[in-house]
Amino acid sequence: MTQPWMKNRLVQWVDYRLPMFSFMEKELIDYPTPRNLSYWWNFGSLAGIVLVIMIVTGIVLAMHYTPHVDYAFDSVERIMRDVNYGWLIRYIHTNGGSAFFIIVYIHIFRGLYYGSYKSPREILWILGVIILLCMMATAFMGYVLPWGQMSFWGATVITNLFSAVPIVGDIIVTWLWGGFTVDNPTLNRFYSLHYLMPFVIVGVVALHMISLHQHGSNNPLGIDAKGPQDKIPFHPYYTVKDMFGLCAFLTIFAGFVFFAPNFFGEPENYIPADPLVTPPHIVPEWYFLPYYAILRSITFDIWFLSAKLIGVVLMFGSILILFLVPWLDRSPVRSARYRPIYKQLFWVLVIDCLVLGWVGGNPPEGIFVVIGQIATLYYFAHFLVLLPLLSFIETPRPLPTSIAEPVLGGSGGPPAAAEQPMEKAQ
Amino acid sequence: MADYEDTQAGHGHGETRRDFLYLATGAFGAAGSAIALWPLIHQMSPARDTLALATTEVDLSPIEQGQSITVVWRGKPVFIRRRTEDEIKEAQAVELDDLPDPQTDAQRTKKPEWLIVVGVCTHLGCIPKGQATGDRKGDYGGWFCPCHGSHYDTSGRIRKGPAPENLPVPTYEFLSDDLVRIG
Ligand code: HEM
Ligand code: FES
Repeated sequence: MTQPWMKNRLVQWVDYRLPMFSFMEKELIDYPTPRNLSYWWNFGSLAGIVLVIMIVTGIVLAMHYTPHVDYAFDSVERIMRDVNYGWLIRYIHTNGGSAFFIIVYIHIFRGLYYGSYKSPREILWILGVIILLCMMATAFMGYVLPWGQMSFWGATVITNLFSAVPIVGDIIVTWLWGGFTVDNPTLNRFYSLHYLMPFVIVGVVALHMISLHQHGSNNPLGIDAKGPQDKIPFHPYYTVKDMFGLCAFLTIFAGFVFFAPNFFGEPENYIPADPLVTPPHIVPEWYFLPYYAILRSITFDIWFLSAKLIGVVLMFGSILILFLVPWLDRSPVRSARYRPIYKQLFWVLVIDCLVLGWVGGNPPEGIFVVIGQIATLYYFAHFLVLLPLLSFIETPRPLPTSIAEPVLGGSGGPPAAAEQPMEKAQ
Repeated sequence: MADYEDTQAGHGHGETRRDFLYLATGAFGAAGSAIALWPLIHQMSPARDTLALATTEVDLSPIEQGQSITVVWRGKPVFIRRRTEDEIKEAQAVELDDLPDPQTDAQRTKKPEWLIVVGVCTHLGCIPKGQATGDRKGDYGGWFCPCHGSHYDTSGRIRKGPAPENLPVPTYEFLSDDLVRIG
């Protein structure tokens, strides 16, 4: 389907030398997409748009922010009070961080539910996990920049995790800090890296997209497209759907920015950092709470391994384990719709993660310790025991023969169907 | 030209001069890059001015028995406590078997009256409570870290909680009876 503007002489002149118009036409307009994608497929493009919002607001904040321990807190307050629309830009950036994580977590659980990590999308999945890790590093370092009490003590506790590394732990921590505590050198390097990392994310996102477009999107049925009748062009069907989702998101987002801008925040961070006074209760940002719960759930040594080291290893392991999911889950069926047991375990995992988050936000005392330990155990058991086991014991329900079949009724038929709209589909 | 003929001649024999050149070039490049990387890594270690702040001198004369002060050394708090007779006795009486990180009180002090420790919890770096008079001092009369509940005794040794080690003793020296240099 050649677009009318492709006939424009100037467009053709440029395209002959730099094929950006044909690229757009191929990947954004004609791009064949399963006809049955649900709203769970909106979160990928939404994440991309939020990334752009973060970069734009971040660059603007950087024009007014001073990365020095004596001025950082005041420069952020100045952004809030004196800089024109500074409050708006900062609140968009701050709440944008939270929105980014909500969106990406939904995006990841979507992938887990519909088996989107299975062949041939393993690398696509791995790139996604890398993006998650980069986002976490970016958000962690960004949170240090306003140099409030939580900034400082969060940075102290998290960088101290590396002291659990046997033998070289203390050397690593001193190297990370550039001194003997979290101090000005630490703030400076975090600022430099906080500026850099989002652009690294842009790069990995580009690879993520290339890998996606190689085989196209998975879909709620989890079966491959059988022919052109199973796909529709991306534009206008999904451009419109993504725009609609974006509007819905922006409405909710604006609600937070304008009416509850500190909903996700921590009041303690409006107190300037004091290296000599630890706040009574240190909590990370909400999106790190499940990992924090895993970290603190280990209260006992095992053999020569200290509780601290095991906690740290499990905390990082809880994310690294996602890299292995395509190989831990051996079931040939992708979508949980046709996997009666997996479908239930999926929801148990969701609840487990929420429980971990709740435990992470509470002091590590009494019943919370026990709940945290059980939830941590279950988290790892889900991936290491239940997933591999399921592949053997679960009988999947029969799959539909094509994507079009449940939509149009009757058999989807072979790819020969000539009068269908998608002449370009693979 | 000779080289060219040699490599042609070596073709099909497995190892050739060209293989050797590839390897040698690769190894040279890798070693060179590794060396060039070092300054980029080491720039992140403490700079010279940061290291220069590494000693602090403290006048001890205003501290009464039973009192503690906090001084800053390398940006970290250092707790100096002039211990009471009871506190010293308590610290010395503990059986080493009862300690997660066994150390006698004598190993941790130069003069029993003065306990000098870095006031940073060995778990994840919070500042334990116990310096101010009203503070919760924990179950062993020393310090209590509120972050994850570590209890330290009157010798700054870990007794209960997730912290793996005792509060570290910095290097220090009594320059006179009333003057101590830390670092
Ligand atoms: C992946 C995208 C990004 C994420 C997830 C992110 C996250 C964050 C977070 C959580 C904060 C702390 C906000 C607060 O507590 O008020 C922050 C602050 C900041 N970020 Fe970003 N950021 C991103 C991109 C950027 C970019 C590209 C820049 C450009 C330089 C930037 C510049 C800043 C500055 C100057 C601050 C300090 C001002 C403040 O605290 O409001 N950020 N960021
Ligand atoms: S930092 Fe003191 S108990 Fe964790």
